Amino acid sequence: MIRAATAPIIATQGLTRRFGAATAVDGLTLEVFPGEVFGFLGHNGAGKTTTVRLLNGILTPSAGQARVLGLDPMADGPALRRQTGVLTENPSLDERLSARTNLSLYADLYGVPRAEVTARVQELLAAFDLLDRGDDKVGGYSKGMKQRLALARCLLHRPALLFLDEPTAALDPVASRQVHELILHSARAGHTVFINTHNLVEAQRVCDRVGVMEQGRLVAVGAPHDLARQLMRALDVEIEVAAEDMVTAERTLAARPGLSCAAQRRGVLLVSGAERAAIPDLLAALVAAEVRIYQVTPQEPTLEDVYFALHRNREVSQ
Amino acid sequence: MNRRVIGAIVRKDLRVVLQNKGVVLPILLLPLILFVVLPLVVTLIPASLGNTASNSADLQELLAMISPGLRQQLAGLDLNQAAVLFFLVYMMAPLFLIVPIMVSSVIAADSFVGERERKTLEALLYTPATDAELLTGKLLAAWLPALAVSLLSYLFYGVISNFAVWPTFQRLLFPNAIWNVLVIWVAPAAAATSLATMILVSVRAKTFQDAYQTGSLVVLPVLMLLFGQLFGLMYFSVPLSLLLGVVLWLISLVLLAYGRRTLHRSELIARL
Ligand SMILES: Nc1ncnc2c1ncn2[C@@H]1O[C@H](COP(=O)(O)OP(=O)(O)OP(=O)(O)O)[C@@H](O)[C@H]1O
Ligand SMILES: [Mg+2]
Repeated sequence: MIRAATAPIIATQGLTRRFGAATAVDGLTLEVFPGEVFGFLGHNGAGKTTTVRLLNGILTPSAGQARVLGLDPMADGPALRRQTGVLTENPSLDERLSARTNLSLYADLYGVPRAEVTARVQELLAAFDLLDRGDDKVGGYSKGMKQRLALARCLLHRPALLFLDEPTAALDPVASRQVHELILHSARAGHTVFINTHNLVEAQRVCDRVGVMEQGRLVAVGAPHDLARQLMRALDVEIEVAAEDMVTAERTLAARPGLSCAAQRRGVLLVSGAERAAIPDLLAALVAAEVRIYQVTPQEPTLEDVYFALHRNREVSQ
Repeated sequence: MNRRVIGAIVRKDLRVVLQNKGVVLPILLLPLILFVVLPLVVTLIPASLGNTASNSADLQELLAMISPGLRQQLAGLDLNQAAVLFFLVYMMAPLFLIVPIMVSSVIAADSFVGERERKTLEALLYTPATDAELLTGKLLAAWLPALAVSLLSYLFYGVISNFAVWPTFQRLLFPNAIWNVLVIWVAPAAAATSLATMILVSVRAKTFQDAYQTGSLVVLPVLMLLFGQLFGLMYFSVPLSLLLGVVLWLISLVLLAYGRRTLHRSELIARL
């Protein structure tokens, strides 16, 4: 991924928004780079939606600065919003109108060239599998259809930067998969995508980097793998050895402090609690004990492990 | 201001709002009753009853209450003619103003508060439309239909009244100078006043019904004009109508300037 060389597409400095006594976003300092799929993770009420509103200049910050696409969201809101597409948490469609009308009215609002409106609406209806229901009122659509239409709407003006607020929250696995494909497709086409989600599997699948929000504060940011490395110093390793060496292997490993070791199945041991840096030594010890090793597989921690580890850390520190 | 954006907001609102029966029915029924049924009843019933003694005594009593200036306007007419002219031109004038007020406030209630209720406001706020364009679009979406319905009401009313009074009068009552001023100058101002009021109401109202009911209170001052005329305190004339228009425009500008402050995007989104 390209970084450092390129200017960030989103950059915030101490961005803060308070509602009365509550602080929804608390001193957010964050950079997102062009072409990235950035996942913004957090529990309910962590401040994800508020952040998207701040970044699009539709909510005034209480403190701090933001630049998005080189613009100040509050001062240049309309110019900024011409280049961003936002899928809101709630599809926010006019249910009394047809899909086609919903799209063509928003094409006018976003200033899609007049001559292109009809073709672009048609193209999006086709791409999102809504063509045969395009003239029906949206009120009669299923949740999945509404979500697809809402997605189509935020792509009408071909935005450079896409914000998706929990894009798959209401969708079944098949529809979710379609949305993920769309996200990856947009990213390959050079768009930057900012996704709010609490679906960790989704984040792991589609995001280049993630930021974890907790009660308005950004508590970690990085590529899912890097986060795992930083946060999960100990990891699980699966070691396949010759079946007749199992006993020796177990005895050797049990002698090392801080490790626990369990036989997974015949010839396979699962070692937990090993620091990454200690793995070579561990293998050397096994070799020295004349254990024949066929395969060593580190079990990379998932984002879910990371997320809960972050949570535990915070609870411990409080 | 981008005309295309404003046009899109107006079309969107009208297409959505006009699918609400709670909006369409009053817009159709009120003018129908006031300007089609009422003139027919008023002119045809007395004609069919003939001039009974008690009837004309009542009319005389009524005309005795009105202001001397107005009585002068009716001078030289027989009792029946005076009554018809008094009713169709003077008493109906304040009632006519209910039309632009009602039409604009019922549409605005659905377009301002209904939009929030239907949860469609957020996507609109994320568009490049500026706050001024959003507000202008929303106001026009309610104001233009109010003018159109007023104009159509006047046309129907004028034609029907002319037909209905021909047997008694043998002359045309409409077009009438007072009514021309009402339609062209006062009705737009009355619609603007009710819209500006609706902006203030919409901030607090939770539902379309709430907003519409509270907003309808703007009709009360109009009823005061009706009674004022009946009890001889004032009467509709061209100068008075011109002045009424000026007052209403001033009120609506003040309310609008005040209401605009609550209509910043950021305020709207925080109140969703
Ligand atoms: N308009 C508002 N008025 C008062 N409080 C608000 C407002 N908007 C957000 N908040 C508060 O700010 C906090 C963050 O809300 P936000 O909607 O940004 O969270 P979120 O991460 O998007 O949550 P979710 O996953 O539930 O969508 C919450 O505690 C919420 O109650
Ligand atoms: Mg949210």
